[in-house]
Amino acid sequence: MNEKSPHPVRQWRSLEERAATPEFREWLEREFPPLASEWHDGLSRRSFLKMMGASFALAGLGACTRQPREKIVPYVSQPERVIPGRPLTFATAMPLGGNAHGLLVESHEGRPTKIEGNPAHPATLGASDVFLQASVLDLYDPARSKAPTHRGEIAPWPAFQQAMLEQTQRDPTGAGLRILTGRTTSSTLIDQIDTLRQRMPGLRWHHFEPLDASTIERGPSDPVHDLSVAEVIVAVDADPFGEGPARLVNIRQWANRRSRMDRSRPRLYVAEPAPTITGARADFRRILRGSAVAGLLRQLQEGRADDEWSRHLLADLERHQGSCLFIAGRSPADEVRALTDMLNARYGRSAGKKPAQSGSPDSLAELAAAMRAGEVQTLLVLGTNPVATAPSDLMFGEALGRVGFSAHLGLMADATAQACQWHLPEAHYLESWSDCLAFDGTPSLVQPLIEPLYGGWTAHELLALLTGTINSSSHKIVRAFWRKTAGVTDFEEFWRRSLASGVVDFRFNDAAEETTRREPQSSRAGELEINFRMDPALYDGRFGNNGWLRELAAPLTKVCWGNVVQISPATAARLGLSTGDMVTLERAGRSVDGPVFIQPGHADEAVTVTLGHGHPAGGSNAGYGFDAYPLRTTDALWTGFVSLRRSKGKQEIVTTQHHQTMDGREFVRVVNSADEKPDTEPPQKEETLYHPDEFLQGDLQWGMAIDLNACVGCNACIIACQAENNIPVVGPGQVAMGREMAWIRLDRYFEGTESAPEIHFQPVPCMHCENAPCELVCPVGATLHDSEGLNVQIYNRCIGTRYCSNNCPYKVRRFNFLEYNGDVSSSERLQKNPDVTVRVRGVMEKCTYCVQRISAARIEVKKEFRAIRDGEVIPACAQACPAEAITFGNVADPQSRVSRKKRSPLNYGLLAELNTRPRTTYLAKVRIE
Amino acid sequence: MKTERENNDNPLGYPTELVTADTTYRSASEQVADISLSWKPHPRAWYIGFAISFCLLMLLFLAVTWLFIRGVGIWGVQIPVAWGFAIVNFVWWVGIGHAGTFISAFLLLMSQQWRNSINRFTEAMTLFAVACAGLFPLLHLGRPQVFYWLFPYPDTMGLWPQFRSPLVWDVFAVSTYLIVSLVFWYVGLIPDLATVRDLAKPLWKRRLYGVLALGWRNSARHWQRHQTLYLILGGLATPLVVSVHSVVSFDFSVAIVPGWHSTIFPPYFVAGAILSGFAMVLNIVIPIRKFYGLENMITSKHLNAMGCVMLVVALIVGYGYVVETLMAWYSGDEFEIFMILDRMTGHYSWIYWLVILCNVIVPQALWSRQVRLTPWKLFIVAAFANLGMWLERVVIVIQSLSKDFMTSSWQNYTPTFWDWATLFGTLGLFFTLLFLFIRFVPIISISEIRELVHERSHEH
Repeated sequence: MNEKSPHPVRQWRSLEERAATPEFREWLEREFPPLASEWHDGLSRRSFLKMMGASFALAGLGACTRQPREKIVPYVSQPERVIPGRPLTFATAMPLGGNAHGLLVESHEGRPTKIEGNPAHPATLGASDVFLQASVLDLYDPARSKAPTHRGEIAPWPAFQQAMLEQTQRDPTGAGLRILTGRTTSSTLIDQIDTLRQRMPGLRWHHFEPLDASTIERGPSDPVHDLSVAEVIVAVDADPFGEGPARLVNIRQWANRRSRMDRSRPRLYVAEPAPTITGARADFRRILRGSAVAGLLRQLQEGRADDEWSRHLLADLERHQGSCLFIAGRSPADEVRALTDMLNARYGRSAGKKPAQSGSPDSLAELAAAMRAGEVQTLLVLGTNPVATAPSDLMFGEALGRVGFSAHLGLMADATAQACQWHLPEAHYLESWSDCLAFDGTPSLVQPLIEPLYGGWTAHELLALLTGTINSSSHKIVRAFWRKTAGVTDFEEFWRRSLASGVVDFRFNDAAEETTRREPQSSRAGELEINFRMDPALYDGRFGNNGWLRELAAPLTKVCWGNVVQISPATAARLGLSTGDMVTLERAGRSVDGPVFIQPGHADEAVTVTLGHGHPAGGSNAGYGFDAYPLRTTDALWTGFVSLRRSKGKQEIVTTQHHQTMDGREFVRVVNSADEKPDTEPPQKEETLYHPDEFLQGDLQWGMAIDLNACVGCNACIIACQAENNIPVVGPGQVAMGREMAWIRLDRYFEGTESAPEIHFQPVPCMHCENAPCELVCPVGATLHDSEGLNVQIYNRCIGTRYCSNNCPYKVRRFNFLEYNGDVSSSERLQKNPDVTVRVRGVMEKCTYCVQRISAARIEVKKEFRAIRDGEVIPACAQACPAEAITFGNVADPQSRVSRKKRSPLNYGLLAELNTRPRTTYLAKVRIE
Repeated sequence: MKTERENNDNPLGYPTELVTADTTYRSASEQVADISLSWKPHPRAWYIGFAISFCLLMLLFLAVTWLFIRGVGIWGVQIPVAWGFAIVNFVWWVGIGHAGTFISAFLLLMSQQWRNSINRFTEAMTLFAVACAGLFPLLHLGRPQVFYWLFPYPDTMGLWPQFRSPLVWDVFAVSTYLIVSLVFWYVGLIPDLATVRDLAKPLWKRRLYGVLALGWRNSARHWQRHQTLYLILGGLATPLVVSVHSVVSFDFSVAIVPGWHSTIFPPYFVAGAILSGFAMVLNIVIPIRKFYGLENMITSKHLNAMGCVMLVVALIVGYGYVVETLMAWYSGDEFEIFMILDRMTGHYSWIYWLVILCNVIVPQALWSRQVRLTPWKLFIVAAFANLGMWLERVVIVIQSLSKDFMTSSWQNYTPTFWDWATLFGTLGLFFTLLFLFIRFVPIISISEIRELVHERSHEH
C-alpha cells in the first residue's frame, strides 16, 4: 500500500484510491472499520471477557463436529463417472516374468485398492494369485525410490537427462550402449528398441529374468501346456500350478475337471525333489532328485519301470495313449527337453507351446561377458536387479564396475541401484502406460490407475530420451505404436475398446528362438544336491519388501518371514540335524548360512532353497531369510551340488502351523474313488431332535462350499482376503507368538509316512456356524447372528475378552493384541478398502463372508426391486481362487450353485459332530487309486 | 482354670484351647489394639515385608501402565491360547479369598468358636484377594476403557450385557462377593474400632476411629442388633462360598473346549478354592502369630483345625483329578481323551505332575498330628498347596487351550516378562494391603476374644 507515500499512486485499484481522499485513508487504516472503532473506543475488560467467553462457548459447540484442519476443496465440476464412495474398476495388465496377467483394478477416488483377475483375459480368467493380489501394496510401499540419485546423492531429473544426452552424443552409433530389461513382451518397448537400433546400429538389447533360464543363456523357454484335454498329466520336476505364465490357466483347467462329478478325472503324476503345490495335489507322487530327471525320462522312454510309480504310470500311459501330457520343467539339459518331446509325441497330443515372446534379445551371460571385456560404455538397466539375482559366476556386480555410464530404473534402491551411477525411480505398473502379451500372445494394454506417486518414469519414457525426445509421455508413445500397428480406421474406438476390455483384438506373429546346449552337473563325493526354486511368496525376490507376501506362509512349509533349507527326514537324521539348526551351504567358493527345515516328502541326499529372500529387493522388510542367489551359477540354475556343514546356533523358524498332521481327526475327509457314492444318491439325513431347517428362515441365507478336490493350495485366497479386508501385517515377532491375522488360512496336513506323505490342503475361513459357540460366550453380545445367517462381529461393541476365540473350535478368530494398524505408513493407508473398518487394538475380528460386498449388492438390488441373483455376491477369496474351489451363495435357494454343491454326497461339515452346524462346508477329496 | 497340661488331656490328645489361660479382657484389648495404635517399632519383619511388597506393588503399576499404553499384546496371549496368566491369576486370587468367607461366615453358622481369633484376619485377606482378583478381568480386556459395558446399565442405545455369557455371571458373582465380604468384615470390625477409639490417645486418632466405629457405645441393645445383623450377613455370605467359585468355574465348563467342558468343575473349583484359601491363611498367620506374639490367641488348636480342613479339601481336589480323568476315558470322546493324555504326557505334563504333587501328595502329610501341630511344617505344606493351586489353573487354562480341536492351530504358550510382573505385582498389592491392615486395624477380633474369655470364665 502506498498510503504513506506523499505522491499520487502510480498503480491504483479504485478511483477512491487514486483520489486518496481522507475517507479512503481512514478506511485503509482501519482494517475492520465497523468493529475496529469499538475496540479503540475503550472495550471494557468486562465486555472483552464476555465476548471471549461467548467465543469459547461457541467454539466448544463447534468442536462437536470437528473439522479437519486441512482445506477441503470439493469438486468444482464433478469428474465424469466419479461418485465419492463408489469404486470404479479399470482393466489393466500386470507384466510378471514378461507375460501379461489381465486385471480389473478397483479404485476408490483415484486410489487403486484391490486387484482382481480380468475374466476376459486368457491368462487370468478372472482369477488371480498372490503376486497379482499383493502388487497393489508395492505401489504404496514407503520404501520406493522417490527421486533420481547420482552416486547416492539426490539429483534432479534434468541432470540425468543432460547426462544421458551427453552420453549418447559421445557414442552416436551406440557401439558401447547396452540395454538390459526384464523379460518383456511389450510390443511398444520392442518397437522403440528397434527404432533405436536403426539410429544406433551398435546398440544391443539384453534381457534377464532370474526364474527364466532362457534369458540367462540363450535357450528355449519352458513351454506352456493345455491341461484341459489330457487324461494323464505327468509333471517331472515341474510345477505347472505354481510357476510359469499359464499357472492360473493350468489350475483352472485341471481343477474344473477334478471337481466335476463325471469321474473322468485327469490323473496327475508328479516326480519332484521338494514338494510343490502341484506335487501335493498329485494322485501319484514320486520323490525324485532334481539331478535324476533325465534318467527317469529316459527310463520311461525305454518303457522300463523299476518302481511302483513308473509301472502304474506306464500302464496308464498305454491306456490313455494319445491323451497324455508330459511336462518337464526347468532342466537346462537338452536331453530332458528332447526326451519330453519324444514322450509327448508318443503318448500325447501336443508338445506344448512356448509362451509368447517378441523380439529376440540377447542373454544376460552375453552382456556380462561383454562388460567384462570392456565393450560396454553405457548400460541402462530397466526394471531388473541383476546385481543381486544374476548367477553368481557371471559376477555381474563386479563387471558393472567396468561400465563407464550406468543407470538403473527401478522401484526400489536395490543392489543394482546402488551399483549403478544413476538410479531412477520407476513408475509402478499401476502408474504406467504400456502393453504386454499374455502367454498365448493376446496383447493387453497397461493403463495407469493413478499418477506416478513419486514422479517415476516408465521404460518407454527412458528409451524415448535416447532418441532425444525429452519429457515424452508413455501414453503418447504407446498410443503412437498402436495407431501405427493396429491398422484400424477408427483408432479411438479401437483404443477405447482395448482399454475397457483389457485385451487388444490383435495378434502378432511369433518370433523364433535359438538354443544352446548344456550338460547337467555331476556331484562330487560327500556333496548334497541343491535345488533352487522360485519362492511361492516372493517370486524371484522382487516382492521382498511386500509385507503381505512376507507374512504369507509358504503352502508346503508354512514358514513365513524367511526361507529355510529344506531337507528330508532321513537325510536330517543321518546328518544329525533338526529343524532350526543353522547350516552353511557352500558351493563354487561362496557360502550361505540358513536354518534347516525338515520337510516330509523331500528327496533324500538333497536340499531345496527358495530364491529371493535376504536382501535382493531392498527395503526394510527385505532383510529376513537368507539370500540363496550367491550359490546359484549358470551351470546350476535349478539343480547343482553343494557341501553342507553344520554351523553354530539355532534359529527360530516363524511358522503359522506348528502341528503338521491331523492325528486321526478327519478335518480333511478323503474318499477312495471306488467307494464314492453317485451324485444321484440323496445325502444322508442328519439325526436331530430339532427342526432340521431351524436356521434356514428367510429367503436369503448365506453359505459356502469349499471343494477340496479343486483346491491346489496356492494361497491366492489369503492375500485376496488381506487386500479386501484391510488385514494388517503384524511382523515376524508377532507371527512367532501366534498372532497372525489372516481371516482365511490354509491348513496343510501330512498323512502317512514321513518320507512320502500324502499332502492335504484345507482353506479355513469362518464357518459361520448356525449354532455358533462364539456367540454364546460373548459378555457384551459383540458377535451375533444376522437375519441372513451371517455370524457377524461388531467391532465397536467388542471389549476384547477373547472368550469367543477360546470357544471357537476352528480357531478362525483373530485378535488385535496390539495396535497393528498404528504404524502403517501414510502411503500404505491409501490402499485400505474404505468399505471395511480398520480395526483398533483390543477387538476381535474374523471372516465376514465379505459382508461389505453383500451390503453393496443388497443396496443395488433394492434400487432395482429384485432379489440378489446367484453369483452376484462373490467374496474376495472365491473371486481370486483360480481353481474355483470356493462357491458362495444363498443356501436357502435350492437352485443356487452353492446349494447344488452342498447336495453332493461328498459334502461334510468340519467338526460337525460338535453340533455347530457350520455354514461353510467342504467337499471331501476323492483319492484316485 | 485348667492348665496347659490338663488342656491336652482330651481323649484324642488334640489341643482344645482357643485362648490361653492368662488372657483377660484387658490384656486382649491392649495386646491387639496396641499393634494398630502404638508407634513403638514394629518387628523388623514388618518393615522388610512391607518394603518388598511395596516394590512389587510399584512393579504392578509399571506393568499396568505399560499394558494400557501398548495393549494386552505385551503378554504371551495369542491364538489359540487367548487367555493366559491374567485368567489364571484371577481364578487363583478368587480362590484364595474363599477361605476368609468360609472361616468367618460358614464356621460362624456352624458355631465353630475356633474361628473367632482368625476370622478378622481372614476376612481382610478375602477382601484383598478379591481386590487383586477383580483387577484381572479388567486388565485382560482388549479395551479396558469400556469395562463398564459388562454391567447392566441403561445404555442410550438400549444395549445390555449378553446374559448367556458366564463372564456376565462372573461380574455379578464377584461384585456380590466383594460387597458382602466388605460389609461383613466392616460390621464385625465395629466393636473393635470402638475399643481402639477408646484406647487411642491423640485426638485425631480418636476422631478417626470414632467415625469408623459409627457411634458404638457397647450397649446391650447395640450388641443384640449387631449379633443379629452379623448372623444374617453370615447367612448371606455362606452360600457365596459355594456360588462364587462355581460361577467362576462356569467360565470354563460352559465352553466347549476339551478340558473345560466338564460337570465336575463347580465342586472341584470350590474345593480347590478352599484349599488355596486355607493354605494362604496358614502362610500368613503362622509368621504373624510368631512376630507379634499372638500365640495365646491363635493357638495350636487353630492350626490343627486348619490343617484338618486342608486335608479334607485336598482329598476332594484329588478326587476331582481322578474323576476328570475317568470321565474323559468314559466319554469315549477323542478330543477329551487326547486332552487328558496330553496333560499327563505332553508339553505341560511337568506342571500337571507338579500339581498332583503339591495338591494331593504333599497334603497327605497332614494325616500326621505332628505336622499339623508344628507351625513350620504346616507352613511348608501350605506353601506347596498355594503353588499347586496356581499351577492347577495354569494347566486348566493354558494346556486346554493350547491343544483343542484343530491340530493346525495348536501352539504352546510362553509367558512374557509382563505376565510375571503382573502376577508378582498383584502379590505386592495383596501384601501391601495386608501389612497396612496389620499396622492400622485390629487384626484379631477383640470383642470375640473377650467373648471367649468370658465364656471360659463361666466354665468354672
